[in-house]
Amino acid sequence: MTIDNLFALAACALIGIGIYGLIAQPHPLRKLIAFNIMGSGVFVLFGALAKRGASAGLAADPVPQALLITAIVVAFAATAVTVALMLRLIEVSDSASLSESAPSPDRRDR
Amino acid sequence: MMADAWTATAGGSLLAAIVLLPFVGMLFGLLLGGRWLYRVALGTMPMGLFLTFAIADRWADAKAPLAYVLGNWVPPLGIALRADGAAVAMLVMVAGVVCAIGLFARADFAPKPEASETRSTFTYWLLLLAIWGALNLVFVSGDLFTLYVALELLTFAGVPLVCLAGTAETLRAALRYMLFALFGSVLYLLGAVLLYGGYGTLDIPLLASTVRPDSIARIALALMTAGLLAKTALFPLHVWLPPAHGGAPAAASAVLSALVIKGSWFLVLRLWFDAMPAVVTLPAAQLLAGLGASAIVVGSIVALRQERLKLLVAYSTMAQIGYLFLMFPLAFEGGQLVQGPATHAGVLQAISHATAKAGMFMAAGLVYAGMGHDRIADLAGAARALPITMLAFAVSGLALMGVIPSGAYLSKKILLDAAEHSGQWWWTAVLQGGAVFTAGYLVLVLGSALRRPATPLSGVKPVSKLSQWMALALSVSSLLIAFAAIGMGNAELIKNPIEPDELATTLAVLLGGAVLAMGLARFPLPPGPTESPLRRLAMAPGVVLERLDNWVRRWTSATLLLILLAAVFVGLTRLGPAA
Repeated sequence: MTIDNLFALAACALIGIGIYGLIAQPHPLRKLIAFNIMGSGVFVLFGALAKRGASAGLAADPVPQALLITAIVVAFAATAVTVALMLRLIEVSDSASLSESAPSPDRRDR
Repeated sequence: MMADAWTATAGGSLLAAIVLLPFVGMLFGLLLGGRWLYRVALGTMPMGLFLTFAIADRWADAKAPLAYVLGNWVPPLGIALRADGAAVAMLVMVAGVVCAIGLFARADFAPKPEASETRSTFTYWLLLLAIWGALNLVFVSGDLFTLYVALELLTFAGVPLVCLAGTAETLRAALRYMLFALFGSVLYLLGAVLLYGGYGTLDIPLLASTVRPDSIARIALALMTAGLLAKTALFPLHVWLPPAHGGAPAAASAVLSALVIKGSWFLVLRLWFDAMPAVVTLPAAQLLAGLGASAIVVGSIVALRQERLKLLVAYSTMAQIGYLFLMFPLAFEGGQLVQGPATHAGVLQAISHATAKAGMFMAAGLVYAGMGHDRIADLAGAARALPITMLAFAVSGLALMGVIPSGAYLSKKILLDAAEHSGQWWWTAVLQGGAVFTAGYLVLVLGSALRRPATPLSGVKPVSKLSQWMALALSVSSLLIAFAAIGMGNAELIKNPIEPDELATTLAVLLGGAVLAMGLARFPLPPGPTESPLRRLAMAPGVVLERLDNWVRRWTSATLLLILLAAVFVGLTRLGPAA
């Protein structure tokens, strides 16, 4: 097995675990962690592609690294915003569950 | 041709300015804080509007897309900003709508001299500017990664708008929106990474010239499209839309419904028409429009079954999103996706929906503020108490229905033309039938609001005159957009609205809408005995679709459908003509 394949398989595994978690985990914090795992899979893939796509004489293609660091910052910001929302929700309602609003929100009375 | 795309044109720096302006305003506002933030925000808006006019002027002069190369670093290493006709039109529309929403929101979110600053008066203006800046970036970005960042900015600014009220219910809606949007964006990013791996660039013109319909491009297109649809809330991925748009304050719902969803929709347009026209196939476009048609049917019927006005408007947004996707299969010529009349119609539809829907949400919010509730069944007397507001609601409804000379009318005409040319008669039926549904909820609300109340209304709170006029101004501008489009050379499509033919169509649509409203509304219209076998029969499809909607909006179903949709797109892009 070449190092390329190893990276590709690792990325696949991370993305798969992330997708599973996003679909199946009920708690929003677990969903958020699943999003981060899936994001890490994408980052691993991007990093590996940078190495593979390097032109002769260069250790790696520099563009993906620049994009990668931006994507990591974006994912970090997303995580921070979501955690802040979750904390606020726990403060207001004592639970971070999403499920209460799931059945027919139009029935709620104001 | 290619070299042209990488050189800055005259007026290109205006594109950088229109992206920077809202963010600069935001930073100044943040720095000055308090009462100044609101003044800075309101001051930024006319400047932005002026800038977009300048851009439109330069674009009309040059008769070619404007371009700006940041720091003179040429793509693929650098980043270029570009504005074609669609982008210029969207820039002007967004600036106009943002100005109107800013004036509307004065009554609710301007800091009061006697009261101390609150969190919502502070954040609202920051978020409004942030959304504006992010949207401008979406319209002018020239590469798929900058578009990703712009889209994330848009989501981060949109989500807090949902929960300005800070109640558990709105926080839950915001959290749902955020998590689903994140799922969508990570799929988009995965697609972009695969594309970079396959083709070594994310610059749109460069990609369009090299991309081939191989499996990398297909999978990337499917992942990116599915991710964007999740953010646009196209049926069946609308899990987050009704609670988020229905629960936010009116000034925020107007932004979310009119503008934010247009960002990701515009990106689908860029992706399909500009970046990968060689990869998309007619079957995939048919699926996209098919989802749009289902959105129209399900969204409209569930809207008719709502008890609260704001949720009705939120579901109507879900239906109107469907319209935006109808143009994709109609833009095919000879098995190739081409920018032509159908794309113009799509952009026109987006513009007229943005103006009309912003007006409609404003009117709904004013009704809530004035009457103290927004239960549709109890709106009797609202038309007398709030005449300008109800007029705005009626006009925006007519504009969405596509009455002459609204933008929706012109767009419908162009699409009907395209459907006839390409022999896709089934889209003719959808285009004609959709208006009946829109008429349905218009009749439902107006029928209730025009009734004489059983007891004279008391305790109607006065609402801001300026806000009412802004709602009306947006609705009227949507109704008159077709005139603005005459310059595009479609003047022959605009007929006299009181010509017997056209009048008959309008009346037939309204009548059909009245029948739908009577049959499907949860409360009897006109008021009277409720339980009859006929009525139960008429209610049945509504009940079934409402259950379907509830099932689709469960988290597990929605996420599974998202993955399924991506897989189906991969399959459908294989069905095209061999490369």
